[in-house]
Amino acid sequence: MNQNIVELIGRRVAVTALTLLIVSIIIFTITNLLPGDAAQAALGQSATPETVAALRLQFGLDQPAYLRYLHWLAGLAHGDFGVSLSNNMPVSELIDGRLPKSLTLAAITTAVSVPIAVSVGILAAVNRESLIDRMVSLGTLSLVATPEFLIATIAVLVFAVKLHWLSALSYSGEIETFDQFLRAYAMPVLTLCAVVIAQMARMTRAAVIEQLGSSYVEMAVLKGASPARVVLLHALPNAIGPIANAIALSLSYLLGGVIVVETIFNYPGLASLMVDAVSNRDFPLVQACTLLFCLGYLVLVLLADLCAIISNPRLRT
Amino acid sequence: MNTNRPFPQEARPMNNSDLVQRSSALPPGADRPQPWGGGPTPPPVRPARRRSLAARMGLSTGGWIGFAMVCLALLVAVFAPWIAPHSVGAIVTPDVFAGFSAKLPLGSDYLGRDMLSRIIYGTRLTVLLALAAALLAAITGTTLGLLAAVAGRAIDETMSRLLDAVTSIPSKMFALMIVAAFGSSLTLLILTAAISYMPGSYRIARSLAVNISALEYVQVARARGESAIYIACVEMLPNMLHPMLTDTGLRFTFVVLLLSGLSFLGLGVQPPYADLGSLVRENIAGLGDGAPVVIMPALAIAILTVGVNLLIDGLPHRGRRKVAPTTDGGH
Repeated sequence: MNQNIVELIGRRVAVTALTLLIVSIIIFTITNLLPGDAAQAALGQSATPETVAALRLQFGLDQPAYLRYLHWLAGLAHGDFGVSLSNNMPVSELIDGRLPKSLTLAAITTAVSVPIAVSVGILAAVNRESLIDRMVSLGTLSLVATPEFLIATIAVLVFAVKLHWLSALSYSGEIETFDQFLRAYAMPVLTLCAVVIAQMARMTRAAVIEQLGSSYVEMAVLKGASPARVVLLHALPNAIGPIANAIALSLSYLLGGVIVVETIFNYPGLASLMVDAVSNRDFPLVQACTLLFCLGYLVLVLLADLCAIISNPRLRT
Repeated sequence: MNTNRPFPQEARPMNNSDLVQRSSALPPGADRPQPWGGGPTPPPVRPARRRSLAARMGLSTGGWIGFAMVCLALLVAVFAPWIAPHSVGAIVTPDVFAGFSAKLPLGSDYLGRDMLSRIIYGTRLTVLLALAAALLAAITGTTLGLLAAVAGRAIDETMSRLLDAVTSIPSKMFALMIVAAFGSSLTLLILTAAISYMPGSYRIARSLAVNISALEYVQVARARGESAIYIACVEMLPNMLHPMLTDTGLRFTFVVLLLSGLSFLGLGVQPPYADLGSLVRENIAGLGDGAPVVIMPALAIAILTVGVNLLIDGLPHRGRRKVAPTTDGGH
């Protein structure tokens, strides 16, 4: 680690922090733009001018917007996301119950998809323009554009309704045995993986092909290195940065994809919490969930960039 | 290091000669090898205007499949009222979730309505909404991108940073947030989708425009004393048109997926309107009984989006934006 790398990393982290700040402003602005405010929405039909005024005072809605923003931001810094409008529970408590479940789903999907996608991508890149490559290209291109709920509904029809291997609503309470684990996660993970693998494989293929076209690879081929050696020892180390980037961007798709998947399979994760919050117009909860998802995205992209910086030999002197 | 991370490929300098060639009259793909091999190979010597349509389009096999799928979807969308055997709301059979039959080719839905007619009208709404949103995103994105390229560094920097922040909100979350705040009328859905995908369009337009503005003919125009608006509209825009159209096609598929996803969650298109996503939602109860109608609307969405993707990938010059559909894909 030399001075240069530390400086680069520092700057990159600072940019992420700045972006997160802007994102928080955008989120706050949008959720507070509405003329009829949260108090009105929370009371619904039973709103009288007095109760609305009282609730506005309770929510602090009588203060100017920038003060409320600063207040909200200060709360966030302490891990205080405010109080849910629909059931008066602290938002952080609601999230605490859901976040680990979503993270588990994401972790399993990552563990399954990354090895498959990277090997498929490399295989397609090495056998470029062959039958394998064309099939991978066509298959991934189609999968990328397929809506998640098509894959999910087909999975349910095949595995739950026709074959009776799994139950349609996957998640039911405690998971103790491996069998239960498999039953609970097989279909959600399958659905998420389908799209993630397709994206990741395409981008990995592109990254490796770009390296294979460079002159140092030609040099390695000319000096008589075996194809496996050329790919694994010469091209791959230089493709780590782009591949990390591909993985991060594909995984960031998970952040959106989980919404549909958690809803279909009735999986009690963060995304289904957010969908409920949107239906109930529960703004503190919506704000917190959106911010968490953005944080997830920014962290993924940051990690990919750090990988690229650290794996770049020109910066390692 | 690279601050515009979400679109690494797009930030890469384009091949200048390629851009210049795009503006000339040479039909694209005329003398290029067919990357997919199986595609129609253009006859080598015949003059360009005598060539058949197939050869002039220079599509690969995958491209033709995509072309057919897109045409099918568009025809259905345009001629919906004439094709549909029943009206959208008509309850035609007491049998709910009926299977396929000669009378009801795609079965009936949860109220006993004709699924085929519902899908035909749903396709119309989905295509209409997505087209409006994609065009809106592309037009504003291109305008802002051109502005960033010709206006000063300060404007460019501010705009890029701000729109970068917008892209780091996953588009589904962004849409959900707007629906929570403002509800979900059809206009609002179009606006939401347009805002979510505008930054991506901006980023591409800007990188194209910045590359073009370094070319000689733009510098000549500048030396001639032309105004910035003239340079942007007359010198730069025509050379960006082709890649921007391709990009709009991709954006169209993202919008279709986003809007049908929202409708599927019950937060997008509201009854009495129904797009393809709402059709899946309405009939999801039939899934437990193994009713095949549930899959049909989802399949219709896939035909549309996969078709556009295959078509764009099959276009000649496919090397230039090979990874684009995946880069800012579905998040």
